[in-house]
Amino acid sequence: MKVKLRNPRREVEIAGPKRVHALLEELGVNRESVLVIRGDTLVTGDAVLADTDEVEVRPVISGGSGWDAGEGRR
Amino acid sequence: MKCRRCKSPEIVIELRRHNAAFCRDCFLHHAREQVRRAIDEFRMFPPEARVLVAVSGGKDSLALWHMLLEMGYAADGLYLGLGIGKYSDESGEITRDFAAKRNATLVEVDLPSDYGFDIPTAARVTKRVPCSACGLSKRHLFNAAAREGGYDVVATGHNLDDEAAVLFGNVLRWDTDYLGRQQPVLPESDGFVKKVKPLVRLGEREMAAYCVLSGIDYIVEECPNAVGNKHLGYKEALNAIEDQSPGTKNAFYFGYLARAADRFAGDAAASREDLRECPSCGSPTTGEVCAFCKLLTRVTST
Repeated sequence: MKVKLRNPRREVEIAGPKRVHALLEELGVNRESVLVIRGDTLVTGDAVLADTDEVEVRPVISGGSGWDAGEGRR
Repeated sequence: MKCRRCKSPEIVIELRRHNAAFCRDCFLHHAREQVRRAIDEFRMFPPEARVLVAVSGGKDSLALWHMLLEMGYAADGLYLGLGIGKYSDESGEITRDFAAKRNATLVEVDLPSDYGFDIPTAARVTKRVPCSACGLSKRHLFNAAAREGGYDVVATGHNLDDEAAVLFGNVLRWDTDYLGRQQPVLPESDGFVKKVKPLVRLGEREMAAYCVLSGIDYIVEECPNAVGNKHLGYKEALNAIEDQSPGTKNAFYFGYLARAADRFAGDAAASREDLRECPSCGSPTTGEVCAFCKLLTRVTST
């Protein structure tokens, strides 16, 4: 299957069928910090991805929100 | 696994901290309910309030604006152009597009054209990390725009992960002044408009999921200046714990609010005893001039 990754943007080919959990483990990605997107919807950890699937592993963590942490916080 | 609410087997997301899974429609309902609960529980604003949502083009603020509009609030957006190259160009475009599609009002303030400087320059001149000048400018300009536009409240897209990470950082340094002010609501006082964080009951993963499932286009790429910052490191550390023990971030943050925040309220109040008006812009400050005007003078005089 084709797997789209970010930061940096790249695409890797991984053999299917494979469960989402196993895919994330293989990629070394913490499941709390990403979404797995197929088409216009999300797939959960137990879902099986086919060899012909195209998925995106999208990080959900953003670091731009720490701006509220200092300088009087107002 | 089945949807917790409607029992459909077509689930799209698991939320381990709630020990639940949801189908698309029930997840969107769940997310809106969490926002409704936060608004009610922390008495953020009444139904008739004029709300100014600070939007960046990212998932949290656009999702928040989307939810408030869907819930029928009079919510306008405020976008601040930071002059961070391609990142700012793209995030501005996405935000304008969101507003246009929904016929929503977007107020824009642009640092380079309205104030004559950008964040990279400010960081260079002050010799501090860009997030420092960026945060200072945001806090100042959100408040100023809300006062000028007669809004009742400024709403920001800070989610549970953001708040837990900030709390973690403040605890690691025992920053009691900041701890005293870490609340989902900062009341109106001395020239400060009321500030609220309606997303505190939702995690970062839920916000991204809300956008994907609602068809909201947002800027996925990280701000180039945030890469590798301390705040991201705190989030990663908390996520490693959360993975082992789901619900930890929620317990950390809400436990703090319920059982510890009061103990630091005095520290926060003491540091704001000498507030006066900035002679240059009229904003409240504890210094001779406010931090933003000081920054502006430094950056534009070099």
